[in-house]
Amino acid sequence: MRYAMTMDIKKCVGCSDCVVACQTENNVPIGFCRDWIVENVDGTYPNLELEIRSERCNHCDDTPCVRTCPTGASHVIEGGIVKVTPIECIGCGACIQACPYDARYFHPDGYVDKCTFCDHRVTKGQDTACVSVCPTKSLAFGDLDDPNSPVSILLRERKWKVNAPEAGTKPQVYFLT
Amino acid sequence: MSIKKTSRRDFIKISAAGTAGLALANPVLNWVPGFLPKHEKPLDESKAKRFPTFCEVCFWKCAGFTYLNNEGKIQKIIGNEDDPHSNGRFCPRGTGGVGMYYDNDRLKKPLMRVFEDGENKFKEVSWEVALDFIADKMKVIAKDHGPESMALLYHASSGSYFKHLLKAYGSKNIAKPSYAQCLGPREAGFVATYGAGISSPEPTDVKNTKCLVLIGNHVGENMHNGYVQEVSEAIDRGASIITVDPRFSTIASKSKFWLPIKPATDLALLLSWIHVLIYDDLYDKKYVEQYAFGFDELKAHVKNFTPEWAYTKTDINPEDIRDSAYEMAKAAPAAIVHPGRHTTWYGDDTQRTRAIAILNALLGSYGKKGGWYFAEKKKVPQYPAPAYPHPQWTWKEITRPTYKSAGTGLANDLIKASLPSNQSEHKIKGWLVVGTNLLSTIPDKNQTLAAIKNLELMVVVDTMPMEITGYADIILPECTYLERYDDIRSSQHRYPNIALRMPAAEPRWDTKPGWWMAKELASRLKLGKYFRWENVEEELDWKFKQMGTSLEEMKKIGVKIFDKEKDLYLDEGEEHFFNTDTGKIELYSLDLEAKGYDPMPKYTEHAQPDENFYRLIYGRAPMHTFGRTSNNPNLVDLMEENKVWVNPKVAKIWGLEPDQEVWLENQDGVISTFSIKVRVTERIRHDSVYIIHGFGKSNKLLTNCYGKGIDDSELITRIKIDPIMGGTGMRENFVTFLLENPHKKEVKS
Amino acid sequence: MKEELFISGRDIPFIDPVLNVWHWQIPLYLFVGGLAAGLIFFASYFYLKGKEKEYPMAIKIAPLLAPIVIVLGLIALILDLRHPAYFWQLYTTIRLDSPMSWGAWTLGAIMPLSILWPLSYIQDIKNYFGDWTFKMPYKLLVWFIKMIDRYWIIKWVYELSIKFRKPIAITNLILAIILGVYTGILLSAFNARPLWNTSILGPLFLVSGLSTGAATIMWMAKDHHEKIAFSKIDLLLIAVEIFFIVHMFMGFLASSEVQQEAAALFLGGEFTAVFWGFFVTIGLVFPAILEIMELNGFKIPISIPAFFILFGGALFRFIMVDAGQITRFLY
Repeated sequence: MRYAMTMDIKKCVGCSDCVVACQTENNVPIGFCRDWIVENVDGTYPNLELEIRSERCNHCDDTPCVRTCPTGASHVIEGGIVKVTPIECIGCGACIQACPYDARYFHPDGYVDKCTFCDHRVTKGQDTACVSVCPTKSLAFGDLDDPNSPVSILLRERKWKVNAPEAGTKPQVYFLT
Repeated sequence: MSIKKTSRRDFIKISAAGTAGLALANPVLNWVPGFLPKHEKPLDESKAKRFPTFCEVCFWKCAGFTYLNNEGKIQKIIGNEDDPHSNGRFCPRGTGGVGMYYDNDRLKKPLMRVFEDGENKFKEVSWEVALDFIADKMKVIAKDHGPESMALLYHASSGSYFKHLLKAYGSKNIAKPSYAQCLGPREAGFVATYGAGISSPEPTDVKNTKCLVLIGNHVGENMHNGYVQEVSEAIDRGASIITVDPRFSTIASKSKFWLPIKPATDLALLLSWIHVLIYDDLYDKKYVEQYAFGFDELKAHVKNFTPEWAYTKTDINPEDIRDSAYEMAKAAPAAIVHPGRHTTWYGDDTQRTRAIAILNALLGSYGKKGGWYFAEKKKVPQYPAPAYPHPQWTWKEITRPTYKSAGTGLANDLIKASLPSNQSEHKIKGWLVVGTNLLSTIPDKNQTLAAIKNLELMVVVDTMPMEITGYADIILPECTYLERYDDIRSSQHRYPNIALRMPAAEPRWDTKPGWWMAKELASRLKLGKYFRWENVEEELDWKFKQMGTSLEEMKKIGVKIFDKEKDLYLDEGEEHFFNTDTGKIELYSLDLEAKGYDPMPKYTEHAQPDENFYRLIYGRAPMHTFGRTSNNPNLVDLMEENKVWVNPKVAKIWGLEPDQEVWLENQDGVISTFSIKVRVTERIRHDSVYIIHGFGKSNKLLTNCYGKGIDDSELITRIKIDPIMGGTGMRENFVTFLLENPHKKEVKS
Repeated sequence: MKEELFISGRDIPFIDPVLNVWHWQIPLYLFVGGLAAGLIFFASYFYLKGKEKEYPMAIKIAPLLAPIVIVLGLIALILDLRHPAYFWQLYTTIRLDSPMSWGAWTLGAIMPLSILWPLSYIQDIKNYFGDWTFKMPYKLLVWFIKMIDRYWIIKWVYELSIKFRKPIAITNLILAIILGVYTGILLSAFNARPLWNTSILGPLFLVSGLSTGAATIMWMAKDHHEKIAFSKIDLLLIAVEIFFIVHMFMGFLASSEVQQEAAALFLGGEFTAVFWGFFVTIGLVFPAILEIMELNGFKIPISIPAFFILFGGALFRFIMVDAGQITRFLY
């Protein structure tokens, strides 16, 4: 099993529902977030291009964050989900330095927090909070090992890219272009 | 006791009553050795308690469920999958609606204006005292001026019960700012053409369309949930989108055609599209012949409005105008020229919407799949009550002599009728303001303030200390939508549907639901016979049972869909009677002609900015609903301030850097209270600036948003009134940049 | 015009607009780690070469500083943690992939050995402090030596430390190199920070650490011959260090875009002045010139170049930690 997410750049309007849905689902304190929206504008008026992306932890296949963790608080669970065990985390910040996506942050309670791919939901067959709420259905989630999962189908049918592939982490959040 | 003296209605700061709970985590404690990190378990949705509701963050009113966490506190709100407004997916504001409940800046107790120690103050009073005071004053007003002198200005669900109260009291002077300040022109334009308004949600069949035309409509930035969802589906299906906007809006970036129009020239483009459709023989001849009236007049009317002519007005290449017209025609009848929602722009807005309505008729899309469907709505029965008394006069006497096609009361006209300068016999003496911050929603703040000073009673019902509350005689703190029942949501859609809102938590502090306030006031005004139910559950249950369900069932399902009685679309060649004078779609409007207006839309030139001035364009961000959400902690976290969008060329002239603080001054010398950060971006035309509406709050009690960004409405002082329906056109204001703080000299240390 | 912005989310403390996770603690930790490595390295190396007589300061006295600065480093490391109470979690597991774990264990291992070494020379150290006008350390040592006689366990350890000087020296030599290299690898292991992501950082930090160690010995040494010897060693190390630095930038410029951007911070960017002006010029070249002048017979107080080398070594680590956090792959 290999969980992955796709994010359709063609449809996303940057409404930020994924951000707030994650916050209310996962008790993320106000002022922090596990996912976020990036906007890129290129060109000169009126020849312009706009790209909006909803980004989060890429739950990479190759996890520098887990490697650099000195205590084992950062770890990978079934399906390739990268998680942090709060009571094992000493807050050294090494995993934050190790993440090319800056997807981790210090929770005010002293441990490192991050996107969990809503493992408490997806293991029950639900979508992640962000996917389930996305009004434009730009986000999709599923198992890459299942050829009929929404992500497998989308990755077959559409062109895609990943963020910072040169960082070499084999990210598992795919952007459909 | 002289009320007058104590009710000069200067703004009073509500003294910080009760300490707001300091919910901040203590960072020091976290460093203490041995302090265990909190480790909240995620919520198990299947086991969690949930209560149906519909959202109050915007007018779309999506239905969903409020979920409680393991400690029994509100955790999240999730859409109801049966609800056609949300299809189970709330927008960011709806999801962040929990912040409305948890906002510690909320109004907490009834407050009364008193004159003590030589100054106006707000004093905490009991509900008894507050309601007695209001009822007494209302009795005096009814006696002195007649009940018609009380007006209700509202924009909240609980307005429903206050409406009932005011009608029982004897007044029909009821208005929502959403008409004359927002969607009024499109309603009037469509009434004049099709004999029916559009209403909400718009019955545009976006999910089946092949071509969607947007005139300044920034769907996606306006987060009208179901509409945005359908647009996304249309994108998925490869439908082409044509966006007309001087700004490279989000939807413009997803469009096949983006026509970067010179602001205020939309009508020229629309007329030339009509020209191309007719003279290039692209229109739906069969449809027009069967359903439309006045085609020949229209054809003659648009003869000279060629794309080449339009180019001179709009800056849009004639080929693009022609190509986009062909694109629509290719898709017709599955093509929608969307009417937009906020349409009060330049004062000729009804006529602009008329042109939009005409285009749809030429494309044959009204009543067709992928065009416009026939929406249906379930009628909600009234709980048995005596007939309302017949008022001597209503808003119609105030408004209709001038604005003959006004469809509802105009908030700004009722405000005008409250001014001391009003010499007519129709004077407004008291306001009930429910859930609308008139100082931001109605342009010309000074006029509103002058009207307020002339009132004998002003009651404000709100959940938040919005600016308007500072001028009230009495402030009634309403509990939020997550803590109350409200009237049934019955909305038009493909299928008629209803939704229930019920409380998920006890009201925080000493706040009360609107229905309770209205009922309590009624009993004090000896109008108890209009509220013959013990509590709102009894009333709702009765209504639900009349509709074939019950409160008990609705508590479980939240939303109920009913069968349709009419068809969604017209069959090929099916006869259809339109509710106009001719029974047809009036390309040539006999109604407007009879009222003395142009029967067909004409292009008029509008002012363009002088040198060093830029047109002030305002709009929306998907994570806020104007001022209503600007203090919501969850949504402030997503976006805490607005920025002024400036084209890089303009920024270069002025030497503006990204995030530099500037003040804006408009053509009438009005300067923004606060400064605003600059966003240097190619996404805006060189002759315009863009800001998002709803920021720059000046009440310090709104601690999350006070002084963040600026309020566009204070810079909107030149109003272009629509002569047909009285809409307040607000897009003809121009601003310039002030790089130094203009308020500095006034500040005393 | 290109524009990139966060519409919502992010703008998180310590993450945006640039990473600011590590403050003064980590560079201090890296500096003292390097310094301790240098001190221990020279003591062990010259002991094994049988130079006890020629370099008494390096072998017998200066290593006393090592456990002191290592403790300082550990305190800094703990202060850096957001959850200091869970510090012990570091020692519940060995994670070879994690430089942070590696470092914690290396420090844990070198710590007792770095105490054993000066313990074996406690008499010499006592005599050294006997010359001081400030008598406190001397009195303390006299008291401590009495304790050795009084408690058999201390005496046993003391005797062991003398008896096993040679194996301790060999172990220390290896651990010192690991520690010195580690201070660089801690940073270079982070692929995500383009500035740190170069294998030259390990040797560079080792050489820099050795250089600060040599400078300290040179500063403390009383014997002219020893001073000159360490001055020469230091000069050689500085030369190697400059070579590594030039090499590092050449590597960056020939590498990926993000690394070119990282190098640009130092080649015209915001760190240009502090790096080339303060670190390279004042912290390396200037003391090197002073040392050359001294070797050629000019009378220059040795404390001046020594101080600037220590200053430069510390500054270098502060700059690298600070600048490295600014460099990222995205945004």
